[in-house]
Amino acid sequence: MSRSLILGASLSSLVLLAAAISFVWTPYDYAALNIPGKLQPPNAQHWFGTDHFGRDMFSMIMVGARTSIAVALVAVGIGMALGVPLGLTAAARKGSWLDELIMRGNDLVFAFPSLVIAILITAVFGAGAINAIIAIGIFNIPVFARITRGAALSLWEREFILAARVSGKGAARISAEHILPNVANLLIVQGTIQFSLGILAEAGLSYVGLGAQPPTPSWGRMLADAQTMVSFAPHLALIPGLAIIVTVLGLNLLGDGLRDWLDPRIRVARA
Amino acid sequence: MLRYALKRLISLVISLAVASVVIFAVIEVAPGDPASFMLGVNAQEDTLAALRAELGLDVSKLQRYFNWVGGMMVGDFGTSYTYRTPVSQMIADRLWVSLPLALYALTLSTAIAFPVGIYAAARRGKPGDLTVMGATQLGIAVPNFWFAMMLVLIFAINLRWFNAGGFAGWDKGLWAGLHSLTLPAIALAWPQAAILARVMRSSLLDILGEDFMRTARAKGLSRRQALWRHGVRNALIPVLTIIGLQFSFLLAGSIIIEQVFYLPGLGRLVFQAISARDLIVVESVVMLLVFAVITVNFLVDLAYAAVDPRLRSRT
Repeated sequence: MSRSLILGASLSSLVLLAAAISFVWTPYDYAALNIPGKLQPPNAQHWFGTDHFGRDMFSMIMVGARTSIAVALVAVGIGMALGVPLGLTAAARKGSWLDELIMRGNDLVFAFPSLVIAILITAVFGAGAINAIIAIGIFNIPVFARITRGAALSLWEREFILAARVSGKGAARISAEHILPNVANLLIVQGTIQFSLGILAEAGLSYVGLGAQPPTPSWGRMLADAQTMVSFAPHLALIPGLAIIVTVLGLNLLGDGLRDWLDPRIRVARA
Repeated sequence: MLRYALKRLISLVISLAVASVVIFAVIEVAPGDPASFMLGVNAQEDTLAALRAELGLDVSKLQRYFNWVGGMMVGDFGTSYTYRTPVSQMIADRLWVSLPLALYALTLSTAIAFPVGIYAAARRGKPGDLTVMGATQLGIAVPNFWFAMMLVLIFAINLRWFNAGGFAGWDKGLWAGLHSLTLPAIALAWPQAAILARVMRSSLLDILGEDFMRTARAKGLSRRQALWRHGVRNALIPVLTIIGLQFSFLLAGSIIIEQVFYLPGLGRLVFQAISARDLIVVESVVMLLVFAVITVNFLVDLAYAAVDPRLRSRT
């Protein structure tokens, strides 16, 4: 296992753990106001300090992790759930009008500046976590469709697929039983990368006020609140930003590490 | 080449048509009637009808769609619901901030990424390369609006080299304008430079393994000469594509960065329009951004095919 895999897995599990623990325990109630104790820098009682309402930043970061992860994970889920079958279908019907339709549709979604469309969707249907998920999820579909199709196409040429066809299996069954398990590694790696992009996208949307709405804490929202106070309370901006960086960096390293680890060719080359 | 260009042109037109339908449809299902929003809840029915007629809202949806698209083709983007001024004028004013910002950021990102990527590739596996790769990982993980806030904290609030926000205006001179766009441009360019440097490095590493590179060395060129004369030039093709794609990230990214720096660009226009439910402005600005991105990608594809004939056979 490579260093990037270990570092990435540790950072990612740290964040996941914080999010999971936040369901049962946070140092303070994340929504509890304490105006007299506002804007404290990090100290022994409040490890990450307090915000302008005296809320405990550490608790808010923990619960915010939950928001970020939920939004990004569901968005990746949408992308996979729709993109992978589309990619498998396109590969199984290579060269047909269906393949053409799916791939042209993909190109079209790809050509849209995703953030602009996310803003359009949330602007029209209202800001909120659900709409943020949909906006981010839509742009995950072509990513997974394309990568699945590409990998599946080369598999269809292989002999074990020919054997399966000779034994009488239909295209749908072959796709599900033989192609899908063989592209799973690739999908896991891409899923990790899209997950990290989703975290960044969620932060951006909630920073401009189009993501999860108060009182649900979210890292992007915390940064937006911090903006006017950055000169006298820099920790308000520093800490949520570092939380985002740790998460995204962790997931990217994990993705890179997994790619190397799961790809047997690279493993042999290294050994 | 002509056939390829024609094929791509047709798909460009289809993309734009579909994009316009999607944007129009999304805005169309938005709840609320602009006329009653503008006049308030106490408006009389005949005043509302008159305003709807004035705004061109009293015709069928299909008719409205064609009015909108047809108008845009001749530079008429409609009239803003809230400001009662032509949207095209509002967009033109804001473009003078957003476009220079995106270009400034693109220049910075390229200027940083090229030398860094080449340096890393030339020192593959050595400490210099590892440092660069680590730094680019960090660059990709940093949200640009957070980086922008940190730049403000350091260079505007503490060092006072720049203003924390706002735009001086081009009428104060080129320097004043560029000065107020510098921090935003750095914030925008940073993550893109990290991506571009990685692409530059890996593209160059691919090239360095090619036979013609060995030939170049064999005929007596030094490593450095071979790298610059044959390596960099060949590695540029994929890099140029990424630069084309980055333009779209920069335009979209500037929407958020403009919020951090209170810049009066297209991004702020969109958000002001959203909160005022001035949907004609939202619709037109979004369409304009999509048009810019799709067209730039089309031009990059064409340039790419002109350089590399092999690509023309693929779609």
